Amino acid sequence: MTEVLSAPHSMEFPYTRSTGPMVGAFLTGLRDRRVLGVRDSAGRVVVPPPEYDAGTAAVLPADELIEVASEGVVTSWSWNPKPRLGQPFEQPFAWVLVQLDGADTGLLHALDAPRDAIRTGMRVRIRWAEEPVGFIKDIACFEPAP
Amino acid sequence: MTAEPITGIVTPIRLDYTYTPGTSPSQFLRGMKEGRILGRRCPSCAKVYVPPRGGCPMCGVEFAEEVRVADTGTLVTFAVVNVNFANRVIDLPYVSGEVRFDGSDTTSMVLVQGIPVDQVRMGMRVKAHWLPRDEWDFTFANIDYVEPLDEPDADYESYKEFV
Ligand SMILES: [Zn+2]
Repeated sequence: MTEVLSAPHSMEFPYTRSTGPMVGAFLTGLRDRRVLGVRDSAGRVVVPPPEYDAGTAAVLPADELIEVASEGVVTSWSWNPKPRLGQPFEQPFAWVLVQLDGADTGLLHALDAPRDAIRTGMRVRIRWAEEPVGFIKDIACFEPAP
Repeated sequence: MTAEPITGIVTPIRLDYTYTPGTSPSQFLRGMKEGRILGRRCPSCAKVYVPPRGGCPMCGVEFAEEVRVADTGTLVTFAVVNVNFANRVIDLPYVSGEVRFDGSDTTSMVLVQGIPVDQVRMGMRVKAHWLPRDEWDFTFANIDYVEPLDEPDADYESYKEFV
């Protein structure tokens, strides 16, 4: 019987996605190191801004975006013990939901802090990428606010 | 800083597999490593499958006999490619063909080179052009492409079941 071979095999699809007006505006804001949200029908500032209202399905105004702060509070977090290729860190890290000051919802991103130091309610701020290009990774990660 | 608003992003989706080809294809890939095209014959219908599977999909019986097939064959059908895709850098236009290697009862997709695109035809006799021996690995890609043989075209009747 022949011994069975085995080899690593990678498959990658380089999708190009059109952003639409709302996500496009949000990413354009990140390129300028500004975080933008939109006010929904219930009066909440939603970040990142959705194209349609979650309650009424009405189209939300992509030309009336609201800038929020680059600092906020951790509303929830989850430890990622085994990061995968392409994730923000190679070493274990926390995914966090951050409610930026001026926003009413949480933005999902990574937090660069030791596990022991992380708690719901902690103040964090954005660490910007060196060269923003208009992508979610323009936010390199969050870090504890001083 | 660019002033143009963002309208599109590239978001690669990637899957990392550990590929295990199974016993029969493993045998085939070991053959490729040594510059041989191996198939297996069905004991019931006598058809030779390249690369071999564990059994015959038509008869449902296990394959037994290993068969070495030739690296010459017949181009049974082909497509002219005018658009390259990611990570493939071949001068356009090029021909992607299905070749029935002599002694085999299946066809394999291979690149056709060594002839102007508009002169490629069904029934054309071809020969495998192998990569240099020291580059051979456990892969069908050891056959870089096929090129025309100086032989008369095969009769349509001889390959029509593969078209
Ligand atoms: Zn059979």
